[in-house]
Amino acid sequence: MTQPMEDTAGFALSPGALARIDALAARYPTKASALMPCLWVIMDELGWVPPSAIDLLVEKLSVTHARVNEVLTFYTMFRETPQAKYTLQVCHNISCHIMGSKPLIAHMEQKLGIKLGGRTSDGLFQIEGAECLGACGMGPCLQLGRHLYENVTPARADALLDSLRKGIVPRADTDREGVD
Amino acid sequence: MNPNDVAGQAGPKILSARFGRKDGHRLPVYEQEGGYTALRKVLGGMQPDEVTALVKESGLRGRGGAGFPTGTKWGFVPKGAEQVYFFVNADESEPGTFKDRFLLDYDPHQTIEGTIISCFAVRANLGFIYIRGEFGWLIDRVQKAVDECYAAGYLGKNILGSGYDLEMIVHKGAGAYICGEETGLINSVEGRKGQPSIKPPFPAVSGFLKKPTIVNNVESVASVPWIINNGAAAYRAYGTEKSPGSKLFSVSGPVKRPGVYEIPLGMPFRTFFEDILGGMADGEELKAVIVGGSSVPVLPADEIMACNLDYESLGSAGTMLGSGGMIVIPKRCDMVELIQVLMHFYWDESCGQCTPCREGTGWLHRLVKKLRRGEGTAEDLERLEHVCAGMAGLTICPLSDAAVMPMRSFLDKFRGEFEALIQDQAPVAASSRWPRGERE
Ligand SMILES: Cc1cc2nc3c(=O)[nH]c(=O)nc-3n(C[C@H](O)[C@H](O)[C@H](O)COP(=O)(O)O)c2cc1C
Ligand code: SF4
Ligand code: FES
Repeated sequence: MTQPMEDTAGFALSPGALARIDALAARYPTKASALMPCLWVIMDELGWVPPSAIDLLVEKLSVTHARVNEVLTFYTMFRETPQAKYTLQVCHNISCHIMGSKPLIAHMEQKLGIKLGGRTSDGLFQIEGAECLGACGMGPCLQLGRHLYENVTPARADALLDSLRKGIVPRADTDREGVD
Repeated sequence: MNPNDVAGQAGPKILSARFGRKDGHRLPVYEQEGGYTALRKVLGGMQPDEVTALVKESGLRGRGGAGFPTGTKWGFVPKGAEQVYFFVNADESEPGTFKDRFLLDYDPHQTIEGTIISCFAVRANLGFIYIRGEFGWLIDRVQKAVDECYAAGYLGKNILGSGYDLEMIVHKGAGAYICGEETGLINSVEGRKGQPSIKPPFPAVSGFLKKPTIVNNVESVASVPWIINNGAAAYRAYGTEKSPGSKLFSVSGPVKRPGVYEIPLGMPFRTFFEDILGGMADGEELKAVIVGGSSVPVLPADEIMACNLDYESLGSAGTMLGSGGMIVIPKRCDMVELIQVLMHFYWDESCGQCTPCREGTGWLHRLVKKLRRGEGTAEDLERLEHVCAGMAGLTICPLSDAAVMPMRSFLDKFRGEFEALIQDQAPVAASSRWPRGERE
């Protein structure tokens, strides 16, 4: 029933993801209300939402393209273009600012040779300024996907970047696996 | 993070009993410590209206920011409504606020039990826990706890043999501060942009899918099981007449012991600051405090030192308890720089529906930046006030006011720092004075 979906750019959603989308459409009170979680299924699998995935949601959830696009573009965590391998979001809101996010960002910009919002030419890193990440008492902090690093000093940022260059995501302060 | 460093160990243990505990999030541990007895009590013989009456009697006030009495809000659901929805607001995006994540991380079952009881009280058969998208790690933890509840018969059909059915969905946000506003949150779950709706109608009458909907903060619902188990009088034994019970404060900034603390409302700020937070970190001196999340007015050190931490004392001092997100500002900080950071935030997060908010937040940000570039004039200070006056109380939701409150208070309480940035310069043509068109 659920065929893997090919994108012109070669992106495909796995049968598992397609099944999850069907399950969400059935679980939410209306199909349209499942739009956000379905976008998350696509984000989790591809890291962005390609045009063919929008077509798929239009069909599965009986919504218009305009509706999907409006939701996709309103929320900052949904992305319409492919992202760098590692997107580091550094909180630059007030508490982290007080605790040193500005020098931290300057350090990372210098280290990576890019400005906030930029991406390294090898496509490995992207750094972005983030609004409060909910770790204000443990600032400055930065987020890499589901990993939140707290009390980040320039030295800790360096260690993180070095490790990521080797393809290893260091244990984050909020990683709960293995502790549970 | 080292939980023992950041989780408060002082005061009552209504909310924080399992903070900092490695296994506190597991169902068996929660049950061993009396978890789900409140739910058994409720489903074993209480009527929904009795639950609402008890919560009303406890005086519990909403912990999401506005402090609206929780039981009273529940009472607004029209009698005989066929379909009612309940939302737990875990969007937690107010700068300075990080308490709800502690509740959901260390003790998800307490919030879930409170949610089930709250759903029963308003006769909802579907509840959502809306968690901000940045908390991916936390969402998994809460989902696991919800799964445990389904397996244990605390959720699903005929809960504990009572005939009451409840489904619970953990919904992941996707990065929008405005989705914390209750109507923005509801629209978001409907699969739309998270733009707030005009009230009335209030969600309690017409909310999610146009049905009666109650939205409560995590901390509000997490307080409910304790109230059921111990009674309204026991809850009122903590706190003050108008601010009963205990509250979490999340403290950031250079104090000795930042973190999340549960204290009885009404505690003098000085006691909290000196005894619990340990005062300022070495080499730092207290300048000001934003006591209830970034949207409330700032108070200089001497003024906050004279306050008690409750709704009425902070209200009469000209600020608000808000979310309890306490931001401690040290002497070394430049207040104009800090307000620039905040104005950037509100400008960035305005959903854009209302002209005063969409344009006003941009103006405030640009004017503050202009001052900091050394290009400001005395008239720009007046303009800041003028823009604020055009933004407050004129919009669909309170985000516009939330930007005005810090802006006005920074300007009012630390005017000298703004004035110091103004150059004595010859008047320029009126048309060129406004920093028009600059878009960051
Ligand atoms: C811009 C804005 C952001 C808000 N963010 C949150 C939030 O993150 N969490 C929350 O509980 N309430 C937030 N609120 C308040 C909610 O609108 C609502 O009043 C609250 O969730 C009700 O719960 P309570 O009565 O239990 O406090 C926000 C309000 C505004 C205007
Ligand atoms: S006040 Fe601002 S955030 Fe609120 S609805 Fe209007 S434009 Fe949107
Ligand atoms: S201000 Fe950085 S996490 Fe809240």
